Amino acid sequence: MNLSEAFKVSTRAIYKNKLRSILTGLGIIIGIAAVVALVSIGQGVSKKITNQIEALGSNLLIVFPGSTSMGGIHGGFGSVNTLMPSDAVAIANQVPDALYVSPGVRWIGQTVFQNQNWSTTVMGVGSSFPMIRDWPVAEGNFFDKEDVDASANVCAIGQVVKEQLFGGIDPIGKIIKIKNIPFKVVAVMAPKGTAGFGQDQDDMILAPYTTIQKKLLGIDYLNFIFVKAISSSAINTAQQEIEALLRQRHNISSKADDDFTIRNVTDMLSAVMSITNLLTIFLGSIASISLLVGGIGIMNIMLVSVTERTREIGIRMAVGAKRRDILLQFLLEAVTLSTIGGIIGIILGSILSLTASSFIKVPITVNIFPIIIAFIFSFAVGVFFGLYPATKASKLNPIEALRYE
Amino acid sequence: MLQDTRKDNRENVVKVINLKKTYFLDGVAVPALKGVNLEIPEGSFVSITGASGSGKTTFMNILGCLDTPTEGEYILEGTNVSSLTPDKLAEIRNKKIGFIFQNFNLLARTSAIENVELPLIYANTSKQERQKKAMSLLEMMGLKGFERHFPQQLSGGQQQRVAIARALVNSPRIILADEPTGNLDSKTSYEIMAILTRLNQEMGVTIILVTHEHDIAAYAQRIITFKDGVIISDTVNAGKEKS
Repeated sequence: MNLSEAFKVSTRAIYKNKLRSILTGLGIIIGIAAVVALVSIGQGVSKKITNQIEALGSNLLIVFPGSTSMGGIHGGFGSVNTLMPSDAVAIANQVPDALYVSPGVRWIGQTVFQNQNWSTTVMGVGSSFPMIRDWPVAEGNFFDKEDVDASANVCAIGQVVKEQLFGGIDPIGKIIKIKNIPFKVVAVMAPKGTAGFGQDQDDMILAPYTTIQKKLLGIDYLNFIFVKAISSSAINTAQQEIEALLRQRHNISSKADDDFTIRNVTDMLSAVMSITNLLTIFLGSIASISLLVGGIGIMNIMLVSVTERTREIGIRMAVGAKRRDILLQFLLEAVTLSTIGGIIGIILGSILSLTASSFIKVPITVNIFPIIIAFIFSFAVGVFFGLYPATKASKLNPIEALRYE
Repeated sequence: MLQDTRKDNRENVVKVINLKKTYFLDGVAVPALKGVNLEIPEGSFVSITGASGSGKTTFMNILGCLDTPTEGEYILEGTNVSSLTPDKLAEIRNKKIGFIFQNFNLLARTSAIENVELPLIYANTSKQERQKKAMSLLEMMGLKGFERHFPQQLSGGQQQRVAIARALVNSPRIILADEPTGNLDSKTSYEIMAILTRLNQEMGVTIILVTHEHDIAAYAQRIITFKDGVIISDTVNAGKEKS
């Protein structure tokens, strides 16, 4: 018997037992749909977080005060005040792989424009900050080095702040009050979106770090130093150069730990990627369990079917079916069931993940890779769980099979 | 006891030499056939009778290549088939033997014509050819117009005629009929026997019939009786002797 005839025989058997076939296929449909949906959602979440981290800016290095070395007891980063503006200047002057350097300080609190108020983050930065963060200005002009040197009361606002404080009013040239100190709005930043870990970057006010240090915080140290390396290949050398320079500047002996921490976007990316990939695999594994259950369902039904159709098998053998023919018939039946179930499951899973994407606000794209995997998987499930019943059928003794009631 | 000692020059389609079959039930040997010798020339119409447990069913299974003998030889159309693999036996069943069963053994929920086509599917015959052959055989069996009917929509006699058409579809030289009238009323039984007689006389098909009914056995030219795993009589049926 050739393959196409065997296929016809199998599909007919599936068609003749509609309800049973649907119920059996349902196990696979649910399994595959779950795999496709959960893997797609996992990938969507991963992609979203990755995008957010990349939105921090390319080739970005961030220096925090304090150490995060493993072992021993150390204060977390940010807990000590070792980073000084002179460090930032030194990096800018002495590290050849540093393209831009900006000091950074942070203040969180209430801002007011006329009768509107909004609680937000005020970042004190240098004039090169937009270049470091790849963050263009939408309206107006970002404050320059002179404003920074003069501790000028100027600021640039993010899109969220603009909306909350100004609504429809043009904010350029207007005065807002931060901690009761008047700041003149000189620029509005372009929309940037939410950064990793839930912080909305558009909900931010940027001002000269000198102004924030002196007039808002009353400190002389820094919370961060932002450094943009000249290229992505220079990130590691830049990091090493900065480390060496700061160790020297902070008089750290060769055996002691750093009193600062340098993070780069690539490291953060790979750390987050490894977590989200794990999440995707985890979700996929859970979904695979339902696929396994579906496969066992197919095996169960095929075993029942073989028993129920013992007589048919006997008749087929009597008129000349070889063992291979019987094997092929039942195997194809299982594979066809699981594959059709798989295709429906893929469609259902895709719809499910697209629906979910609008609910959880994660941009989920159903891409071809998990679909191909799911398809191959459903085929393999059919082969794996169909093989035993089919072999059992093919090994029946024709005499006993014919006599079976 | 009258032995059939005819010597004619017809080729033997079936020749069995000292055929033995022993079953093992829980390690205990149960002999079913204890040395059977038989020659059946082409074109014969032979009845095999005997009480249940006489070994006639075992013998039929071996003749039908559904089973293999423990000892002895079975030569079918000149080929020794006593120790072939299951797949080779399947091929022989497909090409050389047509089966007719007591309970018809048609595939349920499968139309008459598809039932008739079944052996041809395993012979890799094209769909067109299959339908043509099956159609003409159903017509020959007087079932024109019933080809799309399912077995459960047909009477017993009609079902058995579908089964005969199926047995003939690969143009076998032997038809093995195992109690073909066992599930039919007497009128229908005679109709079926008339068809088998016609196949034997007009198409020259060798027919081997297993039955325990004397009036059915009487349709054959030669009646062989089994008892306790051996042939106890082999007689020419005077009224039906082929000239």
